[in-house]
Amino acid sequence: MSNTAWETLSNQAVGAAGIVYFVALVVYLAEWAALRQPAAERVLVGAGSAEASDGAAAPEASSPGAAAPRAARVAFLGRLGLLLTAIACAAHFVALVGRGMAADPNRVPWGNMYEFTLSGTFVVALLYLVLYKKFALGWMGPLVVGFVVATLMVAVIWLYDAVAPLTESLNSPWLVIHVISAVIATGAFSLGGIVSIVYLVRMRAQRRAAAAGTELGGWLARVPQLDALDRLAYRVHAFAFPVWTFAVLITGPIWAHEAWSRYWNWDPKEVWAFITWVVYAGYLHARATAGWKGRKAAVLALVGVATLWFNFIGINYFSTTSQHSYAAERVVDATTGAAGQVVEATIGSVAEPLF
Amino acid sequence: MSTPPRPDAARRPGELTARELLRWAWRQLTSMRTALLLLLLLALAAIPGSVIPQADVDSLAVTRWKDEHPKLTPVYEKLDLFSVYSSPWFSAIYLLLVLSLVGCIIPRLFVYYRALRAQPPQAPRNLSRMPVQASYTTDLAPADVLDRARTVLGRRHRLRVAGDGDDYVAAERGYVREAGNLVFHLSLLIVLAGVGMGSLLGYQGGVILVQGSTFSNNLTQYDDFKPGGLFRQGQMKNFRFSVDDFSIDWLKDGPRFGQARKFEAALTYRVGKGEPREYGLKVNHPLELDGTDVFLIGHGYAPVITVRDGTGQVVHTGPTVFLPRDASFLSYGVVKVPTAKPGQIGLDGLFFPTFEMVDGNPVTVFGDDLNPTLSMLAYTGDLGLDDGRSQSVYVLDKAKATPITQEDGKPLRVDLQVGDTVELPDGLGSVTFERVDPWIRVQISQTPGKEVALLGVILALIGLCCSLFIRPRRVWVRAVPVGHGDPGDPAAAGEGTMDGTGGTEPMTTRVEVAVLDRSGNGEMDEILTTVLSQLQEASQS
Ligand code: HEM
Repeated sequence: MSNTAWETLSNQAVGAAGIVYFVALVVYLAEWAALRQPAAERVLVGAGSAEASDGAAAPEASSPGAAAPRAARVAFLGRLGLLLTAIACAAHFVALVGRGMAADPNRVPWGNMYEFTLSGTFVVALLYLVLYKKFALGWMGPLVVGFVVATLMVAVIWLYDAVAPLTESLNSPWLVIHVISAVIATGAFSLGGIVSIVYLVRMRAQRRAAAAGTELGGWLARVPQLDALDRLAYRVHAFAFPVWTFAVLITGPIWAHEAWSRYWNWDPKEVWAFITWVVYAGYLHARATAGWKGRKAAVLALVGVATLWFNFIGINYFSTTSQHSYAAERVVDATTGAAGQVVEATIGSVAEPLF
Repeated sequence: MSTPPRPDAARRPGELTARELLRWAWRQLTSMRTALLLLLLLALAAIPGSVIPQADVDSLAVTRWKDEHPKLTPVYEKLDLFSVYSSPWFSAIYLLLVLSLVGCIIPRLFVYYRALRAQPPQAPRNLSRMPVQASYTTDLAPADVLDRARTVLGRRHRLRVAGDGDDYVAAERGYVREAGNLVFHLSLLIVLAGVGMGSLLGYQGGVILVQGSTFSNNLTQYDDFKPGGLFRQGQMKNFRFSVDDFSIDWLKDGPRFGQARKFEAALTYRVGKGEPREYGLKVNHPLELDGTDVFLIGHGYAPVITVRDGTGQVVHTGPTVFLPRDASFLSYGVVKVPTAKPGQIGLDGLFFPTFEMVDGNPVTVFGDDLNPTLSMLAYTGDLGLDDGRSQSVYVLDKAKATPITQEDGKPLRVDLQVGDTVELPDGLGSVTFERVDPWIRVQISQTPGKEVALLGVILALIGLCCSLFIRPRRVWVRAVPVGHGDPGDPAAAGEGTMDGTGGTEPMTTRVEVAVLDRSGNGEMDEILTTVLSQLQEASQS
């Protein structure tokens, strides 16, 4: 296959993956909707709170014996959603392979922001599928798929970039190791962030339900208990944190040393990777600190994921001084930094040269 | 190291209260809460440095920023906002963190040491009150059950030495978790030491070398040089290298049109009195010479310009380094010829690697030197080189110089392509553009302690993984005989029936198992099930 054929294949696969993810999302939402009914029913019979208004379908559904088919329908929709997610994930994988094969010379598919986003969302979907059984993640389906679809859309619309050879400083074996670990950690942190959001949402809903004297209904009732959510979030973060440590504090500096001669330069990208690291270290501490467990820890996890994504997207747009090539094409150059200083000292602003 | 900020109250009444207060402050400082807050503070404090240009990273951007914000500049300077990461306030935060860490971790070392030497603790009196527990009955005698339990648990746990009459087995595992935690935190100190060594003992220097030139490693040869605080000249290694050739691969099509790749400088180097060797210096492939690293970090063009003065004498010839202004390699440079007669000659202007007129504007359409063209202005008069002040070679001092003009009074443009010569008016001389040589910019640095820092992070990572993935736990198995006729429900068997009641009846054994998670993150029910099934399997075989 020619390079352009690979590139076309990749683009088509992204489209296909997006569509199938979207269908999966719709199926999951149908599952949600099906779940809401019994809750509404319960409410109608019980305290009769504000939720009753949601129970339009409830009267007919409440006929005896309706519960069993409904449960079957919910289970079916859940399985269908999972199957679709798996198919989409496979197409997603094809898209990644296509990007790598389309480049000349062939390379790993994370040479620019579009590719990084493609890879990161793939990791989210894949991790979800891998962990689905072990942690009974059925309840998480709509959130994960929703996140992946939304992020893919952003990638396609705003971040798309044609396949191109790597800039010279990216052309290193460390690219493979450094970026793959960064991508995996980013995917895992994102997944952990989703769990932490659900933790906070459930906590709030529980408090409200308790105040109103009702039970948790609908989808939230299916979400694991708070302590199980907290443990799940911890496990995902505990996996991601060492991977992130490896990416930004080991392979990053080694590579920076080879390419730019300084292993740590306080470049904005590095600063924010460090901030993310410190915030997540804070999260792990928080879980072991009285008074910080639970809610505050979950909030910290969200701060962490915000810094992570800000670093990836924000810094590229706001910072002009980053050496990291994902940020514009400034790559290798601290260059004539010094010779530039000589100039700058007297004639002011001669823009620095690029490599 | 600095002591924690001590409230004035510490000096009030008696000595005792002062000591108490100190102890209180120390306890506060070394508490988990303080560590957490300091961590968050560190994250927060790191932010300004990513928004405001930093002198260490991009001094040019700092100058530009200062020009644009004359009012804010003094305030920012006072707050060290142009060098956040070496500022006293940033240092204060991480030093406090280090202090807190040492204060927190050192005592834990002793606790851990004692825990390692101690035995797993006794079984709680009543296992059925433990949060994660189960029980069952079996026909095996208690002693046999306990034997089995010892074998099953003994494989992966440390067992408490059985005392006389103990009716239980106590087991514990996962000691490595705390070891990992301690190693992780202590390794952070190693990293800090490594980084500190680098910034105190190391140096970084840069130099531009035109193809064909030779560099020998002493201070005078550097264009710029940043030594660490404890740098000594004696640590500079004796080596030299020449730049024999520089090659680039320019992309002539595709989405990255105009981007350059495969930069490679062919060097011949010699360390001390050693044999000359060759090396292809590339981006991402530094050359290490006796502990000093040489990196290729930039490149550009040096037009070879020859100037003859009014007497026809060659007064200047050779490659002149032009500095690229942007990615197109449009470059700026200066020629100074103070020895020319009858008047000094100065030139400054632009170099276009691939010159073209686009809509009446001179531009360079490509970075490669496909149509190299010089466009400069000429000056004569006093170039300010005689008063002994040092001057940048990249700047032409025009204070006392005047532009050389044509007959129509306009400044003379010296526009040249390779091989061209322009005569200067008034018998001042001529300028010839001979050819273009490439130059490279290399960074030469010593970073002592980088291996220490690397070792530190690797140790930290290993410790971290142990700390995060090892789940310490304790397991107790108690076996007590009960009468055979007891109701099947083991829970109802209760404490009261410890010693079998019906003396004549055959005995069975009630086995209680409890698991205690010490990390708070384990899936204890799973583990309990595993232990139970292992015990029962063992008892069936
Ligand atoms: C330099 C900054 C620090 C960083 C980056 C850091 C990072 C971490 C990380 C990632 C963990 C998680 C490991 C685990 O959950 O077992 C952890 C745990 C821990 N840290 Fe720190 N830490 C720092 C400073 C401190 C300080 C100053 C203290 C003491 C006041 C401290 C005490 C602890 C303790 C006791 C644990 C174990 C918590 C547990 O048992 O789960 N750390 N730290």
